[in-house]
Amino acid sequence: MALSLTRAAPALTLLALLGPVAAGLAGTLAPALGLMPALGGTGLSLDPFRELFDWPGLPRAVILSLFTGLAATLISLTLTLLICAGWQGTQAFAALERVLSPLLSVPHAAAAFGLAFLIAPSGWVARLIALPLGWERPPDLLILQDPFGLSLIAGLVVKEMPFLLLMSLAALPALRPAQSVATAQALGYGRVTAWAKVLLPRLYAQIRLPVYAVLAFSISVVDVAMILGPGTPPPLAVQVLKWMNDPDLALRFRASAGALMLLALTVGALLLWRGGEIATARLSARWLVAGGRGHGERVLRGLGLGLGALSAAAVLLGLVGLAVWSFAGLWRFPELLPQGWTLRSWMRHGPELLALFGRTLLIAAAVSGIAMALTTACLEAEQRHGLRPGARALWLLYLPLLVPQIAFLPGLQIAALLTGLDGTLGAVIAVHVVFVLPYAFLSLSDPYRALDPRFAAVSHALGRGPGATFWRLRLPMLLRPWLAAAAVSAAVSVGQYLPTLLIGGGRVPTLTTEALALASGGDRRVIGVTALAQTAAAFLPFGLALLIPALAWRNRRGMRHG
Amino acid sequence: MAEGLSFAHLRIDRHGAPMLSLDARVAPGEVLTVMGPSGSGKSTLLSAIIGTLAPGFTLSGQITLDGTEITLLPPERRRVGILFQDELLFPHLSVGGNLGFGLPPRLRGKARRARIDAALRDIGLEGFAARDPATLSGGQKARVALMRMLLAEPRALLLDEPFSRLDAARRDQIRSLVFERARAQGLPVLLVTHDPEDAEAAGGRVITLG
Repeated sequence: MALSLTRAAPALTLLALLGPVAAGLAGTLAPALGLMPALGGTGLSLDPFRELFDWPGLPRAVILSLFTGLAATLISLTLTLLICAGWQGTQAFAALERVLSPLLSVPHAAAAFGLAFLIAPSGWVARLIALPLGWERPPDLLILQDPFGLSLIAGLVVKEMPFLLLMSLAALPALRPAQSVATAQALGYGRVTAWAKVLLPRLYAQIRLPVYAVLAFSISVVDVAMILGPGTPPPLAVQVLKWMNDPDLALRFRASAGALMLLALTVGALLLWRGGEIATARLSARWLVAGGRGHGERVLRGLGLGLGALSAAAVLLGLVGLAVWSFAGLWRFPELLPQGWTLRSWMRHGPELLALFGRTLLIAAAVSGIAMALTTACLEAEQRHGLRPGARALWLLYLPLLVPQIAFLPGLQIAALLTGLDGTLGAVIAVHVVFVLPYAFLSLSDPYRALDPRFAAVSHALGRGPGATFWRLRLPMLLRPWLAAAAVSAAVSVGQYLPTLLIGGGRVPTLTTEALALASGGDRRVIGVTALAQTAAAFLPFGLALLIPALAWRNRRGMRHG
Repeated sequence: MAEGLSFAHLRIDRHGAPMLSLDARVAPGEVLTVMGPSGSGKSTLLSAIIGTLAPGFTLSGQITLDGTEITLLPPERRRVGILFQDELLFPHLSVGGNLGFGLPPRLRGKARRARIDAALRDIGLEGFAARDPATLSGGQKARVALMRMLLAEPRALLLDEPFSRLDAARRDQIRSLVFERARAQGLPVLLVTHDPEDAEAAGGRVITLG
């Protein structure tokens, strides 16, 4: 029984991943071609696309989506590589890594709100300038939601850079970076140049999929764009959501056409990026062996560390800003701190937030449990039956991260409506699993595969079967990475906005949907309280993931760096 | 039926190419030493015997233990013990827990604890049951690993260069302890090594692979 279950796990997992994506895309395609019997769409037609192209905001929305997505990805990647090249293996790097890893779990929405509070015309940055200059009113500048999407790009970079950095850190050890760089340095290459010439080409091959995921995410992001992005017109993804939520149901056709257009934009951007990769590889082929030892190393290193620290500081100060606003009484411009402190915001919204907090964590726990069970079963199938996924399976795993959420969620929402599952907790949990599974698998697979296979051999030689070997050896020995992966899964679930909103049909509110609902209102105290609660919900699982192994293995030195 | 560990027309291919073949019998209490350079298939032979051959390798012929063919049995039912170069004590269990992991489940409660204590006394580690294995010295770990294996009541013992990590003084001591115990329990032993001293101390036949 157990044997057949682990054998079936990979197929089951792929089904859980790809089934919803395929069903959702089909469900988006049909209305885009005029088919939606419930709304009177019974014949194939191109009217939805005609309507989409008639919308005057389209060119601008398209350009915004592409520009912000490509720029955010390029900046995040460049910054990641600069930091790695200049500082990997140093103490400064270790410090930055320690700061950035927890930042990864800060929900996108909370980070975006925090950044908004910092850079808004009445934010801390403006107050710091206003105080010595004696301004009495916030400058009349459109910094937030600027028409070029610059603040949106900043909001994406501060979250995506830590992601790419951690993916690089996971891939680097296998490349034996210290030896490679030391060899090149002994040949007279500067540190950054050495890194770029001997490690970067190999590292990039390893982080290509994460980079693509960042690109696809940035082009189609909704929550960050609602907070930091321009409004009229907004990026295409936000506009599609507006049409989806419009009381005029006829707009659903146009929304579906827009969703497909966004899918095409994403595919186009990925192809463009791939072209850029090939061109870069061609152009740099000669540079790699031309013998240049590098110059301007100091500037590059300084730039990497400075911008990395700035990015981390933006998120951290943003969170502090949220906290200050949540306790702020009267707070006049340009004072740096409120004139008075009060618990009023917390008291007023506390009870309601507590219910949301509970529901958010309940969903996260269920999602994390399902994703971890499937992931563990797949990895166990690898160990027992040698069912090891190839490179192609890795692409399938990334598929939910590469296909824009807004491109298949509308279709999935229709499927949920037709089956009467929309607005149920179960449907929200099921759709979260689709987006959480890739992260669960990526987090757990390396530690799982790294466990010395001779432990299992010893266990078998001692007469213990696969079941006992799993429950009594592998799982306890992997407790730390297992819980860390479960925490990552929970944090990803906490941050999900679009799936919760669309599949929950507004009837399964979480801290994330609630925070975004406040975005247009602009009451900073409520936003502060809600976004902090959201951050806490994402952090709590990480706290447990640190605490439990520390307690369980407090008398086991060999388990301290598991 | 023949007692001990026998290999009849054993052949291992790697991706279809012949890797090694072996026709031999190891009598109870006897030590057969297999030597050969790295890459000659020593470890692969051991994997084949304990039943953890990696995909890509194919095995033909028979492995028989005390008259029973074990070639197709799952690893946990072969009753073939193995000691690796590293002790591989389970880091999340105590020293006593590691021994308990090897001890068959039929002993319970007090008797089980008594057996573990006796086993510890036997290897000069009395009172070590609650200790963290990470705090033991190399020689102590090697003794616990050996005792853990013996408690599982194997009917043959495989040694994968188990002495190469120990310093010279301890190596002799552990080596004679292992051989002495194996002989006392009448276990056929297959030793894989590239240290001629090991082969000499084992005192049995030597086969060279590759």
